[in-house]
Amino acid sequence: MSATGIGASVRRKEDQRFITGKGQYTDDINRPGQAYAVFVRSPHAHANLKGIDASAALKSPGCLAVYTGADIAKDKVGNLICGWMILSKDGSQMKMGPHPALAQGKVRYVGDHVAVVIAETLAEAKDAAEKVSVTYDVLPAAVDVATTQNTGQPQIHAEAPNNTVYQWHLGDKAAVDAAFAGAKHVTKIDLVNNRLIPNAIEPRAAIGDYDSGTESLTLHTTSQNPHVARLVLSAFIGIAPEHKLRVIAPDVGGGFGSKIFIYAEETVCLWAARKVGRPVKWTGDRTEAFLADAHGRDHVTSAELAIDASGKIVALRAKTKANLGGYLSTFASSVPTYLYAPLLSGQYDIPAIYCEVDGVYTNTAPVDAYRGAGRPEATFVVERLVEVAARQIGQDPAEFRRKNFIRSFPHATPVIMTYDAGDYEACLNKALELADKNGFATRKALSAKNGKLRGLGYSAYIEACGIAPSAAVGSLGAGVGLWESAEVRVNPTGSVEVLTGSHSHGQGHETTFAQLTSQRLGIPIEQITVVHGDTDKVQFGMGTYGSRSGAVGMSAIYYAIDKVIVKAKKVAGFVLEVPENTVDFKEGIFSSSATNKTLTFPEVALQAYIAHKFTGAQLEPGLKEGAFFDPTNFTFPSGVHICEVEIDPETGSTRIDRWTAVDDFGTLINPMIVEGQVHGGIAQGVGQALLEGAVYDKEGQLLTASYMDYCMPRAGDLPSFQVAMTSTPCPSNPLGIKGCGEAGAIAAPAAVVNALTDALGHEQIAMPATPLAVWRAAQKSPMKMAAE
Amino acid sequence: MYAFDYHRPQSVADAASLLASSSEAKLLAGGHTLIPTMKQRLASPKAIVDLSRVAELRGIDRKGSALVIGAMTTHDEVANSPVVRSAIAGLCQVAGVIGDQHVRNRGTIGGSVANNDPAADYPAAVLALNATVTTNKREIGADAFFKGLFTTALDDSEIIVRLSFPVPAKFAYVKFANPASRYALVGVAVAQTGKDVRVAVTGAGSSGVFRHKAMEAALAGNWSAQALANVATGASDMMSDMHGDGAYRAHLVGVLARRAVAAAG
Repeated sequence: MSATGIGASVRRKEDQRFITGKGQYTDDINRPGQAYAVFVRSPHAHANLKGIDASAALKSPGCLAVYTGADIAKDKVGNLICGWMILSKDGSQMKMGPHPALAQGKVRYVGDHVAVVIAETLAEAKDAAEKVSVTYDVLPAAVDVATTQNTGQPQIHAEAPNNTVYQWHLGDKAAVDAAFAGAKHVTKIDLVNNRLIPNAIEPRAAIGDYDSGTESLTLHTTSQNPHVARLVLSAFIGIAPEHKLRVIAPDVGGGFGSKIFIYAEETVCLWAARKVGRPVKWTGDRTEAFLADAHGRDHVTSAELAIDASGKIVALRAKTKANLGGYLSTFASSVPTYLYAPLLSGQYDIPAIYCEVDGVYTNTAPVDAYRGAGRPEATFVVERLVEVAARQIGQDPAEFRRKNFIRSFPHATPVIMTYDAGDYEACLNKALELADKNGFATRKALSAKNGKLRGLGYSAYIEACGIAPSAAVGSLGAGVGLWESAEVRVNPTGSVEVLTGSHSHGQGHETTFAQLTSQRLGIPIEQITVVHGDTDKVQFGMGTYGSRSGAVGMSAIYYAIDKVIVKAKKVAGFVLEVPENTVDFKEGIFSSSATNKTLTFPEVALQAYIAHKFTGAQLEPGLKEGAFFDPTNFTFPSGVHICEVEIDPETGSTRIDRWTAVDDFGTLINPMIVEGQVHGGIAQGVGQALLEGAVYDKEGQLLTASYMDYCMPRAGDLPSFQVAMTSTPCPSNPLGIKGCGEAGAIAAPAAVVNALTDALGHEQIAMPATPLAVWRAAQKSPMKMAAE
Repeated sequence: MYAFDYHRPQSVADAASLLASSSEAKLLAGGHTLIPTMKQRLASPKAIVDLSRVAELRGIDRKGSALVIGAMTTHDEVANSPVVRSAIAGLCQVAGVIGDQHVRNRGTIGGSVANNDPAADYPAAVLALNATVTTNKREIGADAFFKGLFTTALDDSEIIVRLSFPVPAKFAYVKFANPASRYALVGVAVAQTGKDVRVAVTGAGSSGVFRHKAMEAALAGNWSAQALANVATGASDMMSDMHGDGAYRAHLVGVLARRAVAAAG
């Protein structure tokens, strides 16, 4: 391992720029002649639009234009799309209502886009927006995921009777029913997977810019996948032909999924830029982010686990209602289906699994992928079931897991997936040791002496990452392939630009991708620049989400580098005057058994460009290669997290005393960055478990629309994490990488709730387990009663 | 934010005349409530009178049996003042648990007290310590100063100059923070000054900060946590929201009061 190669904890190259304020985020960019957009948003969750009077707004100082849904329709701007077709049990296609960029006839959640006001300055745009007079015929709202399908509920889209988008299922129902009928013990739980609001530090923003000379449009936007945005905006929404549209996602300050999607705001900014003949900028404020960024999770689930007399799990079944919000966001349909149910086997050998999912509309913000996307929901179901089952049958939860672990690979689950590699017991053993499980009883007794309740909870999670084999997802309804591309451009001086279709918005790609390149080409990391986020620079790419950029994005770079090395060896052969097949390349040096002369990588690069040592007939000049990588399988990161909590039953406050995470991510490129990803993921998972919850009232008003009420995790809410790794390299990519970006968020909620319920001595606690919820639960705690 | 006139006077007298000159003028102290409200266009004062350059509003002094703190003294200054620590150490603790460090660097004692947010920390301390609020016009005792949610005895052209705290024999403040906002979900201050025992509760009461007379009576005869064991707090008088209903807040008043008495020694 070199100091900057694979496996080295290289400090992040991008951080100097970020921490000295030199980052260039969308809002830092200003275009000559730029005007400002402000959206008029619905204050009602559900209402007919009776009329929009913009006359006073248009007279407001600096106002350039006010556009409504009627203008969008007149210009034939296409609706926003949902790119994954889900089929119901009966084979019918999902029932999707139209999703216009500006509302037409009806609004369907608080924050829905009613009109856009464009003015010379932001203040003037806000002034004018206040003068847009909208007449609403307010309708009752259907807000609750559990009841929105009931008879008599308000109907949100005419296309979707009973607010039901699909009734989907996966697995063998008959086999599961038979297994349950013969089971010795059945554990049943009801769960709510609470609704979350992503809260990236940087709010969403967009600048649309029209060049009448070339009839082309440029969009600067906060995107995790600029090429997908360009494809959707051109091919589906019809804003501009793909070759006349450039999408730039510059520095992006966090995404967590919420910046995957193609939203109304960027669509409108692009369209309006051409209409007003001026660049149009919109930067969301924090309230808009709460109201109109796609939210995450929001499931209610009943789940059951069947266990035989020997303590082996024989079947699992789950019935989930998933809230999709007022409209279907870009990938909303896939999250509670194919990103969820295929993970219900967890780390366990379960012969039969059946899952039903109803995807439903409500008068709330659209719900889509958020860090983990479906897999945290699945892990919560499996790991709560397993924990409760172990307690009910009187087995140690760790040993019950161990008994049911999958032990041979590849392993085909009854829910599509084939796990390729793993060693679950290795993670468990290491985690038990690091968590000092043996000392827990002593610590618990000490807590009890101080009037505190201590509990320990496990989460043995699995995730399917590195999404994904294009043919596989295509067969499941995806509208796109999920490969990745890379191009490696070697300059004549031997420095290298790596162009990638992945997008870094906090992940540290500028460092890790350079580490891979540094190691393989034997050049200093300072000689490498990673280029991403601009459709004019990078030919195409699928972007960053689903923990895919290491496994898929870096694999594309790996193969592009392979091609560079092949070509460079040919050049070296000519220069060294030896047969090409005798040229060896190692640690940046070209050598040959046929000569004692050697060449460095920069020397060969220069020769490739000056082209003096070979003719055009023998070899093309230059040194630049590209590759597309389509994986053959998902990757399956796994691990065991152990959370230890101490509850103050008098106040209901929960302190996380210990956190042990042992993860198997396969090969690590930069252990420090991986550890950081684990830390951030756990923080978000703890946020879900203890702190965060989006709350709408019965009228569909978002009660948690600011940090006064929506509680983000802070450093003080978290312990110092004990993080360790095991490794079973992934066999389906050349580097053996599995992906680490979502693991913590997937593992953490179940670990926390299992620890809480262990401390409380009963299972009645829902997320977020706020002090109020924990205090109420503690009143019913047999542990507390015993202590008193 | 709407347009407004900005004034930065050097003296209390100038500030008062600027404040009186417009019925829609507002004083700016730390600005932690006013500025966000203006940015959200929920407040639209025609003029802002910034008190940051008024030297006579600053400073911390021990004057005999009283601790005197200028209205524009920041939370951070109070939290870290040796003078405060030697006089009323618990007041350093009150200031030190307000918001976060950024808030404490800007927020002021006068601004907090004048705003009388029902979940602010200072009102509980001011009421429990029976401080006197000195304005440009008069002196107002703590009991007369706080008049309910966001309401005080101050008139429209009145400016708080300083607060004077009688140095107590015992004092402590215990806060249970709202997990999201970090304001007090419940905060209880207890003080014993001479024969006077006072218990003040913030964050919980539906009419803002209040004195808990039943607890005061129980503690007057027996200054101990046990003395509060059977003192009830009415849930119906409490605020109720998603973070805590009346029953929870009422329960916490009891828990925190006992802990405060224990902490006060």
